[in-house]
Amino acid sequence: MSAAFETVASAARLDAPPAISMDRVNKWFGALHVLRDVSLDVALGERVVVCGPSGSGKSTLIRCINRLETHQEGHILVDGIELTDDVRALDAIRREVGMVFQSFNLFPHLTVLENCTLAPIWVRRMPKREAEELAMEYLNKVKIPEQAKKYPGQLSGGQQQRVAIARALCMKPKIMLFDEPTSALDPEMIKEVLDTMVALADTGMTMICVTHEMGFARQVADRVVFMDRGEIVELGTPDQMFNSPQTERLQLFLSQILRGH
Amino acid sequence: MSDATADPRFKRTAPRRPLKLSWSDERVRSIFWQVLVVGILVAIIWWLVANTQRNLEVRRIATGWGFLQREAGLPIAEHLIDYSPTDNYLRALMVGVLNTLKVAVVGIILATIIGTLIGIARLSKNWLVSKIAGIYVEVIRDLPLLLQLLFWYTILQGLPGPRQALNPVDGVFLSNRGLLLPWIQWEGAHTAALLAALVGFVLTWMYGDLMRAKQMQDGQPRRVWPVGLLLILGGPIAVWALLGAPFKPDVPSLQGFNFRGGMLMSPEYFALLVGLVTYTAGFIAEIVRAGIQSVQHGQWEAAQALGLKPGVVLKQIVLPQALRVIVPPMTSQYLNITKNSSLAVAIGYQDIVSIANTTLNQTGQAIEGIAIIMAVYLSISLSISLFMNWYNAKIALVER
Amino acid sequence: MPSDTTLTPATIPAPPVESRRAPISVVGPVAWMRANLFSGWLSTAITLALGYLIITRLISFVDWAFINAIWSVPVNATNQPDTSACRAARGVGACWAVVTEKHRFILFGTYPFEEHWRPALACVIFVALYIVSAMRRFWRKELALIWIAALTAIGVLMWGGVLGMPFVPQERWGGLPITLILSTFGLAFAFPLAIMVALGRRSRMPAIKAICVLYVELIRGVPLISLLFMASVMFPLFLPEGMNIDKLLRAQIAIILFAGAYLAEVVRAGLQALPKGQYEAADALGLSYWNKTGFIILPQALRMVIPPLVNTFIGFFKDTSLVLIIGIFDLLTAGKTAIVEPAWQGFGVEVYITIGLIYFVFCFAMSKYSQGLETELNQHRRR
Repeated sequence: MSAAFETVASAARLDAPPAISMDRVNKWFGALHVLRDVSLDVALGERVVVCGPSGSGKSTLIRCINRLETHQEGHILVDGIELTDDVRALDAIRREVGMVFQSFNLFPHLTVLENCTLAPIWVRRMPKREAEELAMEYLNKVKIPEQAKKYPGQLSGGQQQRVAIARALCMKPKIMLFDEPTSALDPEMIKEVLDTMVALADTGMTMICVTHEMGFARQVADRVVFMDRGEIVELGTPDQMFNSPQTERLQLFLSQILRGH
Repeated sequence: MSDATADPRFKRTAPRRPLKLSWSDERVRSIFWQVLVVGILVAIIWWLVANTQRNLEVRRIATGWGFLQREAGLPIAEHLIDYSPTDNYLRALMVGVLNTLKVAVVGIILATIIGTLIGIARLSKNWLVSKIAGIYVEVIRDLPLLLQLLFWYTILQGLPGPRQALNPVDGVFLSNRGLLLPWIQWEGAHTAALLAALVGFVLTWMYGDLMRAKQMQDGQPRRVWPVGLLLILGGPIAVWALLGAPFKPDVPSLQGFNFRGGMLMSPEYFALLVGLVTYTAGFIAEIVRAGIQSVQHGQWEAAQALGLKPGVVLKQIVLPQALRVIVPPMTSQYLNITKNSSLAVAIGYQDIVSIANTTLNQTGQAIEGIAIIMAVYLSISLSISLFMNWYNAKIALVER
Repeated sequence: MPSDTTLTPATIPAPPVESRRAPISVVGPVAWMRANLFSGWLSTAITLALGYLIITRLISFVDWAFINAIWSVPVNATNQPDTSACRAARGVGACWAVVTEKHRFILFGTYPFEEHWRPALACVIFVALYIVSAMRRFWRKELALIWIAALTAIGVLMWGGVLGMPFVPQERWGGLPITLILSTFGLAFAFPLAIMVALGRRSRMPAIKAICVLYVELIRGVPLISLLFMASVMFPLFLPEGMNIDKLLRAQIAIILFAGAYLAEVVRAGLQALPKGQYEAADALGLSYWNKTGFIILPQALRMVIPPLVNTFIGFFKDTSLVLIIGIFDLLTAGKTAIVEPAWQGFGVEVYITIGLIYFVFCFAMSKYSQGLETELNQHRRR
């Protein structure tokens, strides 16, 4: 499946300025402190997997990157632009950051093709024909061009999630965020989505994935971030993290999810 | 997460960001739009007020509430409190409010009873019963209420005069003067008995709660109804007997060209009540039906499989779930009855709208007149909403 | 579970089973009647009692409405209808003569008699407009153009003054066209207003939200009559001297404001029912507020609330009859006026039944349509 995307051998470009830079980010939901002094740099082309127990703030973290959630303290720079109340900066960032949700969030009243072309036409101001060509190109890459005229409700969960990936890619983003993309899927559909994500990773896309798929993390991640109670507890290569976890919390977490599998 | 929040290191609250004066700041845009909209609105209102003031001056229309103390001079046929045309406008308006409440309260009670029966009838296993209920609901909801009111009023007016009055049961007369029912001569003892019944009802409620709490402690079910019966019926009867047990029936009878005695429902009140009740019952029936159907059959089956008795299933399982669906739309139906009672003005029943309308025609003070109407309805609406919200919150708790 | 051992039940042929026909005691009309009409002694008693009541009532109604009814009356020497036959038959037979005699007046009010084809055509256009709007095939942007064209055509027909049609001032319009105008124009303007208010009520800007909440709750807290009174007696005071808006338009404004508040609540329910993920996905794609609202939110939210929207519209259609109270000449007012004439006094029941039939046809069609749509949408959702 990986042949569908152009493959780039070495991904992370550590010499370039970071794609995402978070500096002591704090966030509260009311009185609840959900992100505590989170600092993280993601290099261009780097693949980062974020894991941690539920309620650890990992989804909140990546939702802060395209400001679906607003952080209240600290700085987040995406592609060199700081996230503030500035609407224009936000528009610029959302154009460059694609997102895939746990529950797909396809637009049920639009066809697969229309789902993919909507943002290119209205945000990127692309002519319709061009947008459709682009959409077909990406639908080809996620291996479902034949579903283009169908509505999301007629597709299986795995197909829907691949459409969601294609929809995000149609904006030609520099960075892709994945928020537990396989958690809502039946086991037999997880593989097709992960394959698509692996193929995408091989193209050199900067990716941040919140996922519990440790196999995927081992295969593609440059770094793994372990979060618990709103803070980054441990961070390192998959090898370091899985084979010699330093903290007790990570050890406990790993033992729990490994037992689960 | 609780142990971490106890850590003083994390005891920090969200800071505020300084406002940046730039068009691309979301908050600046938000403030701009709000100021713009509010500004336009204020300008329009200011313009209207200025126009109104000028118009009032030009037309020499008085303003203020002084007219309330002037003699109304308008006759009101039905009044719950003492009233004569020499009373002032304030009293006339109060009579109007009471007349509105009289039709609204009775209407709400009757419409709830009839609507519930029809709603249950729609779910009847008997095909004929459910079909008739269905046709009733469909027809009554597809005709304007005002048309129905005029229709009923016309029928009542077309009835024979008192001398040829319809007399279906002894003591009940239906003529173009209205509906006459036998009644009793009301005395203080009756009011006291009524109050005692109310107290009995509240006490029964509390007793039921207490018994349930005891059952929760030792598991023994207790019968509530004997005590309840004693409180609700026994108490009032005792009070009534203690006060001398007055009972003088007041049966209407025809004397000359008119009736004497009994309780009279004027054709206007009767037509309004019948129209409001039959119309609203059609809507309430649908609400009740939907509420009952919203409880899935599996709930009955599951509860019965647990060995619960039908009464317990109904009270503990089905009703709490059905009421959750029923109460909110029922609230709006109660509000609708109250607001629709304002159609009284079309058939000459003197409710608040009718009396305020006469007032504003006599005094020329349109703004005050309409303000009174709106204030009355807003406060009634608000009271019903508050009560039903309280009730809704209560049954939501029962459910949990 | 390994994927290569997945069971495929569809491909396994089921062994043929002889299915026996159900005995006559389970199916068939007799069984149906036993199950649905005579399932127990109570059910049987109710069926018999109700059946008896219905049959006797129906017979006496048919007697009154058809067999003993009087369909036309002669004209007497003074060119006035002679209703003595009707008066003699009171209580026994209906006097449909009042309807045959007065139907033009009830339908079109005081519109010039020889020009009645114009309001009649306007009503036909209204009905055609409703039918077109009800068809899914036409749920496109072009529908707005159809509406504008139809409403313009109706305006031209009613006013005239062009194409050789003599001008008819608005004071002379009446009857069914007024009812249709008030409800249709009311909807056409109230609907956009309702959408704006519903969006405003969910806005994050506190001032705008407060204004929308205040508007909706204020209007919903008072009866329509008070708004109509306001339009008829208070509104003229609001305007600068010399500026005057005619009564029909003032009532129309009151109805629009009234309908707007109720429709806004229906639309808001649709906005609330939409999953949060749809808002987030649109945000993540970088769509602007208006793009998001126009392409993602409203199309889905409105589709969800079409059945309650139609029900609300039925409500307004009926509520326009309230203009009777401020003396606007709609269908109901025309009917009520028709029986003011001394000769026809006392035949209100016949006139109200006729008018009721007209209202019923419109409302019943709409309500059946909304019920059909609801089942259709529910099936769609279940899939």
